Amino acid sequence: MGEVSLQDISKKFTLRIDGVVQTVQALKRVSFKVDDGEIVALIGPSGCGKTTALRIAMGLETASAGKVTVDGREVRGCGHDRGMVFQFAELLPWLSALQNVMFGLEMKGMRGAELRDTATRYLELVGLSGALNRRPHQLSGGMKQRVGIARALAIDPKVLLMDEPFGALDAQTREVMQAELLELQARTKKTILFVTHDLDEAVLIADRIVVMRNGAVQEIMSMPLKRPRGDLGAMRGTAEFADARYRVWKALHATPETVH
Amino acid sequence: MVDIVNSNEPSVEAETKPRGAVPSWVITVGSLCALLGLWEVFGRDINPVFGSYPSAIAQAFWELARSGKLWTAMVESLRPFFLGYGLAIVVGVPLGLVTGRFRTVEAAIGLYITAGYAMPLVALVPLLVLWLGLGFAVKVAIVFLMAVFPICINTWLGVTAVPKTLIEVGKSFVAPNTVILRRIILPATLPYIMAGIRLAVGRAVVAMVIAEFFTSISGLGAVIINSANNFDTATMFVPIVILMVMAIGLNYLIGAVERYVAPWQAEIAGRDE
Repeated sequence: MGEVSLQDISKKFTLRIDGVVQTVQALKRVSFKVDDGEIVALIGPSGCGKTTALRIAMGLETASAGKVTVDGREVRGCGHDRGMVFQFAELLPWLSALQNVMFGLEMKGMRGAELRDTATRYLELVGLSGALNRRPHQLSGGMKQRVGIARALAIDPKVLLMDEPFGALDAQTREVMQAELLELQARTKKTILFVTHDLDEAVLIADRIVVMRNGAVQEIMSMPLKRPRGDLGAMRGTAEFADARYRVWKALHATPETVH
Repeated sequence: MVDIVNSNEPSVEAETKPRGAVPSWVITVGSLCALLGLWEVFGRDINPVFGSYPSAIAQAFWELARSGKLWTAMVESLRPFFLGYGLAIVVGVPLGLVTGRFRTVEAAIGLYITAGYAMPLVALVPLLVLWLGLGFAVKVAIVFLMAVFPICINTWLGVTAVPKTLIEVGKSFVAPNTVILRRIILPATLPYIMAGIRLAVGRAVVAMVIAEFFTSISGLGAVIINSANNFDTATMFVPIVILMVMAIGLNYLIGAVERYVAPWQAEIAGRDE
């Protein structure tokens, strides 16, 4: 099991802008739920609070009000029940790919041969069995993010949280990674909540899309594309995709005001 | 999924120098020869009380070495030097780490570290003598006090420069604070720590000579003072040159240690030349 829900999450920041202390309401009563084995995308213009919502779900930030539950139990702070994939992978540069994955496992208390075997297994899962001993700077952007995904998956969390995981990659690599993520999900059946600003990516990967605007949930939309989705390239050419994409696009552009 | 099959291909090895360029060591040796040559030529014209020149210094070195005085003096100097310098590393690094990591510690003692760096140590030597006497201990203390602050400040600065996201990686895997400090902040700060340790070499050398001038006159400092009093300028230069060469050697050694303990740094950072 692995379901995560955000219930009435609000977040206020205090900022000093030009010497004036201002309170910024980053999130306003945000509620949504990700069901077991489901992939949900959080989408919206930059500054809409989607990353803040994800960070609160992870426990890296605290909500001013509301609560986060995993499998019905309220969680405070970080926990091994949630695995985080960072935007720029954020591997520890002094450790090899293998050691980076082992780091997360060690924090969970794993030791000895099991530790090495598990880390190796997850790196194989993301297709990096030949690069175990490379350090991050010897890996390409896509490979780094695969290590990041392996590191988060290895601790066997109930929920995988991803913060614009492919945002820093070039278009081709991004497409490859999107297909791999779907394949990984099919194999591991993980619940995934991911943030993206890429409309196509959200439509291609997610089962449901949470559209956010100005710190609030504007709309939650179910995607008609069924899984397994097979060739994502071909999927882009289907009428279903175009239709779904247009619906989300309209939701994103629903309010006249534009935030840049 | 695509497997990375060929893992033995040469990885991203940066080419350090363009083809056909003069090797660095040749440039360094050339510069050294030019300097010594000029000094030799023009130094000979100066009254030997007011200045000296390389061959005269080399001769004085030989005489000092043969009489055995040089070795005794060096041992006398280097024992407090290395003890004080070593202590400065052992104390300065952890102190800098906790000061950088914990807001409360920073608020409580950051002030003293900053002030301590600018402390006019020479002025405090008489006081230190009153506390610790004229012997070995006071020399260790002077070297320690001069060396500990640059190490501590650099470490502190390094900790505050650690990317927040790396610490968040630790947090997201529920790493306890001690693990975050030891396994994320310490390695991420290593380049700063090593820079501090390097800066401290110069200050420790100066501190050692100050200690030997102003406490019991001994070691290399004594050689400097005694030969200066006898207007034997060439001999006076011997310990000065030795200390400078030693500082260069130590710097080189620290660089080698850094490449050993933080090899990733040398691979990531560097000059684009």
